[in-house]
Amino acid sequence: MERKYLLGNLAIAHACREAGVDFVSGYPGTPSSEVIESLRTVADEIPHLEWSVNEKVAYENALGAAWCGCRALVTMKHVGVNVAADPLMTSSYTGVTGGFVLLAADDPFAHSSQNEQDSRIYAGFAKIPCIDPSGIQEAHDGIKRAFDLSEEFCLPVMVRPTTRICHSKGDTGLGELATEHRQGTFTKNPRQYVVIPAHTRILHKLLNEKQSGIKKRLIEEGFNTHVIRGKKAVIAGGISAAYAREVVPDDISIATISAYPIDEEWLRAFVSEHTEILVIEEMMPVIEGAVLEVACGQTIYGKKNGYLPYEGEFSPALIAGALKKTGFISEERYPAVTPAENLPVRPPILCAGCMHRSTFYAMKKVFKDGIFPSDIGCYTLGLQLGAVDTTICMGASITIASGINLSGEERDVVCTIGDSTFLHTGVNGLINAVYNGADMVVVILDNRITAMTGHQPNPNTGKTACGVSSIPLSLESLCRSCGVSFVETVDPYDLTLLLDTMKKAKEEKGVRVIIARQPCIIVAKREGLKRRRFMIEQETCTGCQLCVKYGCPAIEFHDEKAFINDLCSGCAVCADICPAGAIRREVKR
Amino acid sequence: MKSSFDIMIVGIGGQGTILASNVLGEACLVEGRSVRGAETHGMAQRGGSVESQIRIDCEFGPLIVPGTVDLLIAFDLLEAVRYRHYLKEGGEMIVNNQLVLPTSTFTSGQAPPTEDDIIGMLKGWKVSIVDATAIATAAGSPLAANIALLGAASHTIPLGLESLLEGVRRCVPKKTIPINEKAFLDGRAAVNS
Repeated sequence: MERKYLLGNLAIAHACREAGVDFVSGYPGTPSSEVIESLRTVADEIPHLEWSVNEKVAYENALGAAWCGCRALVTMKHVGVNVAADPLMTSSYTGVTGGFVLLAADDPFAHSSQNEQDSRIYAGFAKIPCIDPSGIQEAHDGIKRAFDLSEEFCLPVMVRPTTRICHSKGDTGLGELATEHRQGTFTKNPRQYVVIPAHTRILHKLLNEKQSGIKKRLIEEGFNTHVIRGKKAVIAGGISAAYAREVVPDDISIATISAYPIDEEWLRAFVSEHTEILVIEEMMPVIEGAVLEVACGQTIYGKKNGYLPYEGEFSPALIAGALKKTGFISEERYPAVTPAENLPVRPPILCAGCMHRSTFYAMKKVFKDGIFPSDIGCYTLGLQLGAVDTTICMGASITIASGINLSGEERDVVCTIGDSTFLHTGVNGLINAVYNGADMVVVILDNRITAMTGHQPNPNTGKTACGVSSIPLSLESLCRSCGVSFVETVDPYDLTLLLDTMKKAKEEKGVRVIIARQPCIIVAKREGLKRRRFMIEQETCTGCQLCVKYGCPAIEFHDEKAFINDLCSGCAVCADICPAGAIRREVKR
Repeated sequence: MKSSFDIMIVGIGGQGTILASNVLGEACLVEGRSVRGAETHGMAQRGGSVESQIRIDCEFGPLIVPGTVDLLIAFDLLEAVRYRHYLKEGGEMIVNNQLVLPTSTFTSGQAPPTEDDIIGMLKGWKVSIVDATAIATAAGSPLAANIALLGAASHTIPLGLESLLEGVRRCVPKKTIPINEKAFLDGRAAVNS
């Protein structure tokens, strides 16, 4: 068995190849993206692999393939499951023929997300098995077993790693890659695949009848295990089980929950051996709920009585704190520490030369008292520039904007949305805004790529996930066909034209679309873009700081003068902003 | 009580902290030792403060508890101060002699701290300050600064020199192996063992 030092997501991707995955789809989202990003590098081995336009589309594509007997993988982040929830909830009724694995990556502490929802709840809601690994090796092994379980019970299976599994690394034992692949064949069976009421009522009963078999199987398979050592016990799930193993003393029993649904008889037997039990799991009290149902006089410590939080990420230190609070340990396990105070913060920031910065700058200049709904992407960082007033979920910039406008709010509403997000779920909102008579401006920030999650191609890029050329979609034609008559495309580095286009849009009525188009600066540089840097003539600089307020990381301010550093990518926008004309391109050195 | 040797590498997104942590991971594989690592991906990479945690001989989770890190490697002076509380009592710090001021200090009009201010904030800790960029540039490329810094820290890392060099060879682009090997060894020579 080969051993490698691998990122969790890469170990997961390798396991999919070991399982002989035939069909892969997904929509990028941190912390899930690297699974398909890794599989893309071996796309010629996999019969079909795609980045889909959104998670619902991805889910349904994979489901279709699984109905044809293929092994299918669909990947997304936790909030993507909301988008895919419609097919998910009924796919457990229809079931599958080929193994179908939904990889739903959760993000406790919202490292890179808008919320901290717990996908285990979805698995329970849809009545499908959920594998919740406590480490990378378990995630790797769990994926392979998920495909087998899916085929055994003819059900989709969710694998739910969290950020600290997806984005952590470890020495991992890998198996042999599968060499055979299946070709899809659809067998008509309307009683299974056409969920009219008469069929679905029967399918629901069949789904319920599968549950007890699944619970028993998960125990037999060794997903949920325990060691009895005393009268006190810890029950931990997911990554928290790894943290618990590090801090729980030797005289305390441990049960590890790595899969759901939990078998009540097994759990009751473990609980009944103990007098006090601490339940440790991030986010929702799923295990705790199950423990409370089977407990009979035992003291149960968990979230519900305040021993552990409902939100955020757990850690060995947090668990040690809970062990102390329950009296399971008597001493503080870790030293108290004091972080340095009042340090300048270093949040993520739009890159030097990012096209979004000038677009936000122009918006704020022209629409001085405007309201700026925005969306999910790098451009959410426009918050720092005062150009993002709302962000809730993918595609919601346009719909929140039309809602604000149609509420009677009289100020201009100017929303921003990236190209990938527009194609994800934005376009429906645009159709609706035009149809229902909204009066607003939509700025499509078109950098030709899904940038924030690591530069995945989308239908606007002109390339598929496998690197095959595709016909790039025309955003202009798409917007016009939604009924928008004002559609203007502008190079956001051309500040004069950008400002003029914004002013022109301000004068018009109805839904107006401005497409600000420039490739993502990171991609452009990777593809060999070289532009000479800019510099500030120190004798001409008046120290007015207008360029500094532009917020570009290439511009610094020392001793009453502005100064351009090595990060400059030569976009030239600051030269247009400087009222003294002090900024110019460097002469060739 | 713990059996692992815990290292934290901190810096700014884009400086090569992840590659440096990969070198350590590969060196552990060479020696057949278990290893865990955690790192920052996604949104936080856009020029933000980033951290990698590496736990040599660890079989548990990847997260290191503040106050228990054995070795802190910082690619930037300010980041060294930001994460210094992760270091255990008597733990060692290897810091690159470089200060990149966050853009926020300029846009907010806050008085930016100077290098001397920051070096002052590291007083009382076991610190070696290394000019990794100069060492790397002399070795052939300023891009090898991360490897030079790793070399400077290598006296404290409980992995063999040859394993670490093999880790470097496995992680850097093939063409740059000689430059990176030199940067590593020159970095190592810059700090007294």
